[in-house]
Amino acid sequence: MIEVFTWIQVAVAVSAGMLCLVLGFAGKTPADLTLGSLALVELLLVVQLVVAILAPAFGNVATGSVLEFYTYLISALLIPPAAMVWALVERSRWSTVILGVAALSIAVMVYRMQQIWLYQVA
Amino acid sequence: MSTSLPPRSLGVGRVLIAVYAILALAATARSVVQIIEDFDAAPVAYALSALSGVVYIVATVALVRPGLVWYRIAWATISFELLGVLVVGTLSIFDQELFPSDSVWSFYGSGYLFIPLVLPVLGMIWLYGRRPAVTTDQVVAPA
Repeated sequence: MIEVFTWIQVAVAVSAGMLCLVLGFAGKTPADLTLGSLALVELLLVVQLVVAILAPAFGNVATGSVLEFYTYLISALLIPPAAMVWALVERSRWSTVILGVAALSIAVMVYRMQQIWLYQVA
Repeated sequence: MSTSLPPRSLGVGRVLIAVYAILALAATARSVVQIIEDFDAAPVAYALSALSGVVYIVATVALVRPGLVWYRIAWATISFELLGVLVVGTLSIFDQELFPSDSVWSFYGSGYLFIPLVLPVLGMIWLYGRRPAVTTDQVVAPA
């Protein structure tokens, strides 16, 4: 796990979350901007997955539970697509709020993943 | 099965259901990890975590599904969750051996931003607003 990349990922997820929450509560239906922000969050999760798979080969080993780390990562990977499908099926402002909730939960999960990788003692 | 219930899966209720779905995923996934890795450390807490995860899943489904039966199941599961978070939350303060801090309901769900404490209350308020006897019309405002 690359610490700087992870912090960028948390920042992007928080930004996407706030953006979608604000636009959702303002009554906006899901649009390219809000859906795109979730797509970006998902893309970064895929990058994180690749990094996590490759990192141990370069001596970057998780200090904590690898099983718990991947449970978070796989769960996180499922959430943005689910929220995006939801937003495409029901084009209401509440779907935009849901995009925001999804992005914020990704931020929390990535933060937890970082704690597991860097600080948790197995 | 009654068809006069106001729909529960529209409007702001979607957000509630989405949060339930995420919590169900988080609680279930985490309890699986805890049980695989560390069950002996706190069997009571981890078994309850797994149970809570399953109940969150049932609650999520019950909120989505139409009809009176699912409405009652929604009430039952959400009541169970509120009871669980209050009882386990209190026990975790007084008996930390029984409930280590990393179960879903420990310390009133503090590990989950207190969402397990807040969510059942919001769910109950929302279900109460959708109760069968009040109206047969759709009371959900267009989004």
